[in-house]
Amino acid sequence: MSNNNLLEVHNLKVRFATQDGEVEAVNGVNFSLAAGDTLGIVGESGSGKSQTVLSIMGLLAGNGKATGKVVLNGRDLLTMNTRELNSVRGSNIGMIFQDPMTSLNPYLRISTQLTESLMIHRGMSKKEALARAIQVLDAVHIPDARNRVHYYPHEFSGGMRQRVMIAMALMCKPELIIADEPTTALDVTVQAQILRLLDELKRDFGVAIILITHDLGVVAGLCDNVMVMYGGQVMETASLDEIFNNPRHPYTRGLLKSVPRLDEHEHGRLLTIPGNPPDLMHLPTGCPFSPRCADVVDQCRSERPLLRYQDDDSGRACWRPIEELS
Amino acid sequence: MTNQQLANTLQEVADATSQDIAGRSLWYDAWCRLKANRAALTAVAVLSFVTLLVLVGPWLSAYDFDYTDWDHVSEGPSFATGHYFGTDAVGRDLFVRTLEGGRISLLIGVIATVVSLVIGISWGATAGYLGGRIDNIMMRIVDILYAMPFMFFVILLMVFFGRNILLIFVAIGAINWLDMARIVRGQTISLKQREFVEAAVACGVSSRRIIFRHIVPNLLGVVIVYVTLTIPQVILVESFLSFLGLGVQEPFTSWGALVNEGAQEMESALWMLVFPAVFLAVTLFCFNFIGDGLRDALDPKDR
Repeated sequence: MSNNNLLEVHNLKVRFATQDGEVEAVNGVNFSLAAGDTLGIVGESGSGKSQTVLSIMGLLAGNGKATGKVVLNGRDLLTMNTRELNSVRGSNIGMIFQDPMTSLNPYLRISTQLTESLMIHRGMSKKEALARAIQVLDAVHIPDARNRVHYYPHEFSGGMRQRVMIAMALMCKPELIIADEPTTALDVTVQAQILRLLDELKRDFGVAIILITHDLGVVAGLCDNVMVMYGGQVMETASLDEIFNNPRHPYTRGLLKSVPRLDEHEHGRLLTIPGNPPDLMHLPTGCPFSPRCADVVDQCRSERPLLRYQDDDSGRACWRPIEELS
Repeated sequence: MTNQQLANTLQEVADATSQDIAGRSLWYDAWCRLKANRAALTAVAVLSFVTLLVLVGPWLSAYDFDYTDWDHVSEGPSFATGHYFGTDAVGRDLFVRTLEGGRISLLIGVIATVVSLVIGISWGATAGYLGGRIDNIMMRIVDILYAMPFMFFVILLMVFFGRNILLIFVAIGAINWLDMARIVRGQTISLKQREFVEAAVACGVSSRRIIFRHIVPNLLGVVIVYVTLTIPQVILVESFLSFLGLGVQEPFTSWGALVNEGAQEMESALWMLVFPAVFLAVTLFCFNFIGDGLRDALDPKDR
């Protein structure tokens, strides 16, 4: 991995201590992100994609523990104490949450919530911060930002609120924005608008984005690179083109086949991957996907495959050679 | 409708909609709902009147609250003598004394509540937000204080420090914040799971700031309702203490103390009981109605 990467994650593991035992939510995830790049993390529910980024932000639940290394600009985020972490959160990393309906404090004007991080991190006066807030609201296409900045969250629609959330993440001009399923709670037309907006911001502000989603369509519209996760492990990582045109992992192939397509003439039954996502408390000893995999061999059940890189930015975790896959 | 008229109407509509709309806070919405509640509004009016009377009234009367009118001892209400509510067993004007007692009762009610509010919110919100061991320690302290018998505590204070109106504030405040802390802690625990708190953490906001800027405003709805129910409770506790002779000291008085005196003379001089009792009851009613109205206004889902 080169040194000019903005974010480098080494062997990240997340464990939750519960009453029934330890839950292995994330098992040894590695990835890196260059400044201005967009990485999509794809996976079904419980694949560990959200926990990966929450541990980066230090937002794990109280019983969670993250080990490994998360290096942002040469500083390891996992070893930081809360005070140091607070100086990074909001300032270098912005986060966009899934549900814009509940992510804004209903009792505060959005101006208060937008300017908060500026006054904390940049030491701006209220007036300067407000001017910047209006500017950013303009950038995320909220009409009449000058007046609307004084509104309360309930006076905005869902799509508008997600714009406000994006503005909130952008306030301090962070180098990295983490978007945790930013479009899941929105309807399709608004989804498209928000994705277009994120794309615009990527271009105009040069901000790196980690986009978490279970929607491959969202990934296709926005990302440079894609990381596919399953059972807390990275199954495949590759450029966007590679993932869609030349998927090299059985799980990725299965995912792509399960997406309904409009451009196919014959509408057969939509494919599904048989079985259920793994129980993170009792992961199989081998590959977590082995119980559901069509190409499974004995080695898959007994040994866990590691992510191996074929070249600089594409790798897969599978014992079977690509040619042998069905 | 002619074209001209149509154009005018359109213009009017356009003008009306192009006006800047100020943001409407949830507080403003609650206020609108409260205004529609007649019982609560009447209660606010009556309470304001009582408060005003209690504050200004004593200056309007010709008598001082500790002046003994030897010509009219234990006399019934009369406009001729200027003793509108009559006089007590030592000839003091009951009108002034009732208002004077009201000052003390309301003062104790408000101050003790504010004290319990400040301590209770800070304590409860901190314990609830930080959670874990700190929460455990802080709430066990509350439990221990809860276990102390209140009357014993008050009598002990009186014995050590003598009878003093400040001690009543302390004693009542020290008991009441415990309830507040428990309520606030419970609310905080449910609030801290909400995503906007997580969003604030993700923005790098410190715990202290999150507690006081993001959590406390969300608590206020519940807290305000509780306050309106605490004030009458505190007034009653003070009355109870005065009734037992542990409250305010002569010549100062409170509604509780007056009711106590009145109760002793009930058979010969009913007015000595009735006037302070009516004031006390009306005030308590008002607070309860306001509390009820506020609960409906602040939490319309629960109606």
